[in-house]
Amino acid sequence: MTVMDVFVGIDLGSTTTKAVVLDGKGGVIGRGITNSRSNYDVACGIARQEAFVAARFALTQAALAATPSLCDRAATLLPALSRSFRLQQHLGQLDLLRDALHRVAAQPRYQASSRELDGSVDLIVDTMRDRAPAMFGSLSVRKSDFFRDVAAAEYMQLAEERAGRKGATFDALAGLFDAAILPVENTAADNLFETHIGPALDRVLNARDDAAMTESMREVVTRVRGIDFHEASAVGTGYGRQRLPFPKEQIRSEILCHGLGAHAMFPGTRTVLDIGGQDTKAIQVDPQGIVTSFQMNDRCAAGCGRYLGYIADEMNLGVHELGPLAQQSRCRVKINSTCTVFAGAELRERLSLGQRREDILAGLHRAIVLRAMSLLARSGGVADEFTFTGGVARNAAAVAALTGLVHENYGQRRLNISPDSIYTGALGAALFAQRTGHP
Amino acid sequence: MTARGEAMAPGVQKEPSMLLQKALIGGHYDALARAREDGRKVVYTFVPGNLTELLRSFDLLPVLPEINALQSAMRNKSAGYIAEAEKHGHSEDVCTYVKCDIGMLKKGNLGPTGQPLPKPDLLLLSYTGCFTFMKWFELLRQEYDCPVAMLHVPYQADGVIQPHQRDYIVRQLRTDVIPMLEYVSGRRYDEAALQERLALSARAEDDFVHVLESAKHVPSPIDAYFGGVYYVGPIFSAFRGTKEAIEYYRLLREEVDARVTIGAGPITPDGPMGAERYRLVVEGPPNWTSFREFWKMFYDEGAVVVASSYTKVGGLYDRGFRHEPSRPLESLADYCLGCYTNLGLPSRVALLERYVRDYRADGFVINSVKSCNSFSVGQLLILRQLEERTGVPGGFIESDLVDPRYFSASNIRNRVESYLQMLDQKRPAGARP
Repeated sequence: MTVMDVFVGIDLGSTTTKAVVLDGKGGVIGRGITNSRSNYDVACGIARQEAFVAARFALTQAALAATPSLCDRAATLLPALSRSFRLQQHLGQLDLLRDALHRVAAQPRYQASSRELDGSVDLIVDTMRDRAPAMFGSLSVRKSDFFRDVAAAEYMQLAEERAGRKGATFDALAGLFDAAILPVENTAADNLFETHIGPALDRVLNARDDAAMTESMREVVTRVRGIDFHEASAVGTGYGRQRLPFPKEQIRSEILCHGLGAHAMFPGTRTVLDIGGQDTKAIQVDPQGIVTSFQMNDRCAAGCGRYLGYIADEMNLGVHELGPLAQQSRCRVKINSTCTVFAGAELRERLSLGQRREDILAGLHRAIVLRAMSLLARSGGVADEFTFTGGVARNAAAVAALTGLVHENYGQRRLNISPDSIYTGALGAALFAQRTGHP
Repeated sequence: MTARGEAMAPGVQKEPSMLLQKALIGGHYDALARAREDGRKVVYTFVPGNLTELLRSFDLLPVLPEINALQSAMRNKSAGYIAEAEKHGHSEDVCTYVKCDIGMLKKGNLGPTGQPLPKPDLLLLSYTGCFTFMKWFELLRQEYDCPVAMLHVPYQADGVIQPHQRDYIVRQLRTDVIPMLEYVSGRRYDEAALQERLALSARAEDDFVHVLESAKHVPSPIDAYFGGVYYVGPIFSAFRGTKEAIEYYRLLREEVDARVTIGAGPITPDGPMGAERYRLVVEGPPNWTSFREFWKMFYDEGAVVVASSYTKVGGLYDRGFRHEPSRPLESLADYCLGCYTNLGLPSRVALLERYVRDYRADGFVINSVKSCNSFSVGQLLILRQLEERTGVPGGFIESDLVDPRYFSASNIRNRVESYLQMLDQKRPAGARP
């Protein structure tokens, strides 16, 4: 069995938990993300597992590329295997969900209708299983990567269709789901890759019927599956870092991790802005990625990611739909940013006055960026290059507002945004792990 | 700023000086509670620019409202007092010392120790840099039917005391303050008695400065901010110019010297501090409602404060000032002019710069207090200038004096930890951990 030294960084954020795995040379081989539920240990475990899965896929890709008979087919084989793996993982979670739903239905409070509920649960979960392959097809786009979100949307829709029958009302079925999803979510599966890759590979190969290819493909996957990851060192960061099962020396502040992570992604970085779920950080770094000064929002998290989440809820939209909608604005409305709840009230009032959603949303995006501008100014301004990280960096309307304001206030600056910007903190943590670890 | 008192949990280690300090402060509150039956008169006045020796020479007892406020905060009473003041129409943004004091008054004027505080026979305002002081006493004047004396202290914009400024204060002392004290106390001004007290002050001040400067040792035997606020208690409040203060500072000096001899660090509420890992200078007042939690964020990481500006609000003794019996009113004037709150920004930056250098600090931290304008205005400028001049990185945290709603522990801990780790990263290879 091959042993491979790896370094792990975990960023336990208020909204999501991220993990990054580095190989012995410090190259990123895997990233994992999950929603930060109330149980931080589980969130940490799942993000780490996901990152290890991604690492094994990366190694599979490298092995495919190095296998002459497979290299020109790697481009189609690997995505197919990945989708099949996700489907397999999803089916495994549906099985867990079914068991959990039945367990809840067996509780005394559902005694009178447990038979009807059991029947409905089986019908619903069967339908979800049947529909699952389509969800992981090559062209399908899922609204969320998290099982909770995907399952909830489907389950509730099916429950509504099944509801009204004796005993199995929509309320009862919804109640079952709310109670059952927690234990499912909090089951941190060990050896995720090892468990699911076999059936996932069978599904891909059976569909292709090519004996020679099958043989070498199985050989590659078996080899990758057999690699023993040795965690030479791990470092944790983020709001929940104190809860991570790491010794104190292996915990770093997210300020330092974001600084170093941004430097690793864009070595020219001198100023970093991170807008996360509950805080905004403005950080100045030196040419080595060492933090020289920083400012954070204090006392109030208006203007952070959760502000957008709240607004999305108020507008009955997904948080990812806000940016694109705001970009269609033609006449921006001025909205306050001092209080999330007040902004919600302002939003309802504007809507009732007949103002367009797009224009109101454009104002909201500008409002959160204005708050960030104040923190940037207090931390020492915006130097060149300027790197924007955190969940909000994925929002095009926020980026546009930021670009405009930075240009107005500081002149021309190169703005860096990585598609993996959400992993910046975890990457920094992993790099700290690499610096301190002695494999 | 004063007694450890009830704010401290059982099992906390106490040195003899701590017990003496607690007894002193407790004794003062006892004296205040008995003032009426003992036939003694009471003067309300503020810490910066206080004229304790002069008051004592008339046998007048001082009451210091800021000290009552912070003591109430350390005893978890300030939230209720602030709510009471807000009920009476005081805005959320007003200085929380003021609201705590007004709330305490409205709830029966029981002091921090639970004993009643006597009504003032005089409100004596030494105006030193804080405009709020003036508004505060306007409010108190509405509550109490008593005379008011005001001593106007010119602002030290360029940090150098001008003779005409000193003369201006001495003139006010002679024409306004002393006649008022004579009127209230029914006694004649006795310059010899004042001189005697000023001589006692100077002796205590020598030992106090010795204690503050002991922090130049590595490791520092004291924490000059979190520990320092206890050390300044007697000398900033009712005990300047008393034999008790001399006794307290002599005892404290001996304890500190003993720690220097054996290379020991400060005593924290959890016992002797572990290895000194960071030496810091702190600007700004502390938070009082979560004082121990706040301090713990520092000492748990091995961070010791070697110098602070807050322990200079009642006088800049370490810059050479002493009360002088030979020039009694003139030295009281110099004292008032030199208090930290009365200094302009350039002088504050220069002082902090000296501290960073003289005390070999790894960094400096600004605790910016939302409701204290006189401290907080310009602090970001101080941060930038100090970083430029010293090359040492600054940290910035925000809290409040006595309103517990404005202390966000996880946020502050996050900033403190981030800052200390930043210092680690910036250390040259091979330097201390």
